[in-house]
Amino acid sequence: MAHLKVVDPDRCVGCQLCMFACQRRTGEGGIAEAAIHVRSRGGISRGLTVVVCRACEEPPCAAVCPNGALIKRKGGGVVLAPKKCLGCGLCREACTLQAIFWNEATGKPVICMHCGYCAQYCPHHVLVLEEGHAQG
Amino acid sequence: MLKDDPLKRVLYVDLATKKFWVEERPELFEENIGGTGVASKLLEEECPVGIDPRDPKNPIILAVGPANGLFPIASKTVAMFQSPHTGNLGESHAGGRSATCLRLAGYGAVVIRGQSDIPVYLVIDRSGVKFRDARALWGLSVSATGRAIREKETGSGLRSILRIGPAGETGVTYSCVVTETYRHFGRLGLGALFGAKKLKAVCLVGRRSLPVTDRKLYRELYDELLKRLRETPALKKYHDLGTAVNVIPLNERGALPTRNLRQTRFEMAEKISGEYFAEHLLSRRLACSHCPMACIHLAALRTPYEDEPYFYKTTFISYDYEPIYANGSMIGVGSAEGILKLLDTIDNLGLDAMSSGVVLAWATEAFEQGLVGEEETLGLRPRFGDVETYLQMLHHIAYQSNEFYAALARGVAYASSRYGGEDFALAFGGNEMPGYHTGYGAHLTHLTGSRHSHLDSGGYSYDQKLSPEEITPEKLAHILFDEEVYRQILSSGVCCFFGRSVYNYETLSRIFKVSGFDFEVEDLKALGRKILRRKYAFKKARGFELTKLKIPRRILETVSPHGKLEEEFLRQGLAIYKSLLESGA
Repeated sequence: MAHLKVVDPDRCVGCQLCMFACQRRTGEGGIAEAAIHVRSRGGISRGLTVVVCRACEEPPCAAVCPNGALIKRKGGGVVLAPKKCLGCGLCREACTLQAIFWNEATGKPVICMHCGYCAQYCPHHVLVLEEGHAQG
Repeated sequence: MLKDDPLKRVLYVDLATKKFWVEERPELFEENIGGTGVASKLLEEECPVGIDPRDPKNPIILAVGPANGLFPIASKTVAMFQSPHTGNLGESHAGGRSATCLRLAGYGAVVIRGQSDIPVYLVIDRSGVKFRDARALWGLSVSATGRAIREKETGSGLRSILRIGPAGETGVTYSCVVTETYRHFGRLGLGALFGAKKLKAVCLVGRRSLPVTDRKLYRELYDELLKRLRETPALKKYHDLGTAVNVIPLNERGALPTRNLRQTRFEMAEKISGEYFAEHLLSRRLACSHCPMACIHLAALRTPYEDEPYFYKTTFISYDYEPIYANGSMIGVGSAEGILKLLDTIDNLGLDAMSSGVVLAWATEAFEQGLVGEEETLGLRPRFGDVETYLQMLHHIAYQSNEFYAALARGVAYASSRYGGEDFALAFGGNEMPGYHTGYGAHLTHLTGSRHSHLDSGGYSYDQKLSPEEITPEKLAHILFDEEVYRQILSSGVCCFFGRSVYNYETLSRIFKVSGFDFEVEDLKALGRKILRRKYAFKKARGFELTKLKIPRRILETVSPHGKLEEEFLRQGLAIYKSLLESGA
């Protein structure tokens, strides 16, 4: 299965179109459900970092989930089963890349599902949906 | 508007009592949309007539609109206040991330009242306001302030830090508020009002979702607009070279104000052109939040330390057409590196780059003519092109080192009223001149525009579109009035004016419908006129008289691409504009 890949964060201009695109999957505006984040590397003159799930084959987030709410996804990464999620936040702490975000309204994690919708909106080829395993 | 849209929430902050509260005011937004429309109404409510701009009763109002956080290129926040610079209407728009953050923190507007007893900064998020002690930040440069707050507060990537530098603290009337290091509430002195309130910074943090009337329609309209924006040639132009692309064409037309507008062509224009910057200094391009254009251009300036060999610092400095004009051709600086040094200092002191350059230009000519001497300048001998002297003068202005620099810190209109040289004091309605001597259109915009900004009605572009024979005062006044009316709606959205070729009335009507606002094109036009007239009424109540505005002699003496400009033409234009503003009022 395909996965999202950050090809070159140095091309990122910080427009955040990817974040808004991710939210628009839900049909709404804003960024509460954005599973990808762009932030500066400590002040915008130092450049930008694109933070998103790398689709680990052995995801630490799934390993710490106490209720089996994060199901390993074919091709890497996880799929959230919201009904099982207790909102404990352990997954967020476990992610080394800090790529698990939090929806304060729902009290649940927001994790990339590797659909590639955001990549379609990136004006500068920072993101791409790539076939095969991320760590293959 | 939609019931669950947080746009209707107005956050009130009282700096004196350190209290805040939220009022839900859906009717305020339903009648005025947001941005300029809402802010002008709030200013009318909040700001008493007859106060000094430094009075604690002078409010700071920030407002966003329905399109922020929903549609591309809707990236601006509107600030309104009584201007410390002109004493009248203050309105300034900034890009960056502030609009997204404020909208997604769950507010449509913020009203900041009163004055704090000690320096503070505010953190505004979904839970309200936190008042933080800023005594340790007072006196710090813009960049050091940003760095400290960035490391102290959470929310990286989802926040916007608005801050002032020393110039705002001392009350330079054209000091600015900087956001995200490279964007500004530049004009009319919002920085001085922050300073008067002892407000060092505002950190906005937000990341909520926003409702729409129809999810499918929203996505379709979004895709359509993004496609249209990407296909607009002007946007590609500004993405490639940035607004600095305008230096060469304006110079070729003989419209690039040079050496305090004694000339309109600069022999070193190529060395300060967008092309030169791109080829030699451009290091990074950036975008405001939700903008596909990325017009922000950063130059990398490498400077050696003089006390140690092979010891350098590299600074990233943003450049745009207006700062290049004001701190380049206008003061005879023909080196891009020299301009960057000036801009770096201006940015860190927290001055408005446009007014600063025009002030230096006036001071240089005043010194040349002997209106002021070394006693006033503290031993400096300003002359056109002398970057090192200008750097020292900027510090003296920011810290108001003596009476002369304190006068310069109030702009050229005031300084020339004290020292003479009014004929070459290039200000309109008290605001220093933008970089266009293109003809009647540009100057009529500077005079009539509610902010005395080139962006109020873009007259410079009509000078380039219309031939001199086509232009009459009557025609020009009508064109500029209609344009300024339209821009009230654009800035109520709040959309960047670069999107104007795509975001026409019809498109804006569709955009607003997604948020449940029911405005047809004719309704929007009527509302645009209403907002503009409301702003005009605010100014009139504070003694503004359009037909009595001073027209700087220099613009009539220096030939424009449309020939020598006649005062009578501009006076007629002003009279007609006034009648348009006052009809139906």
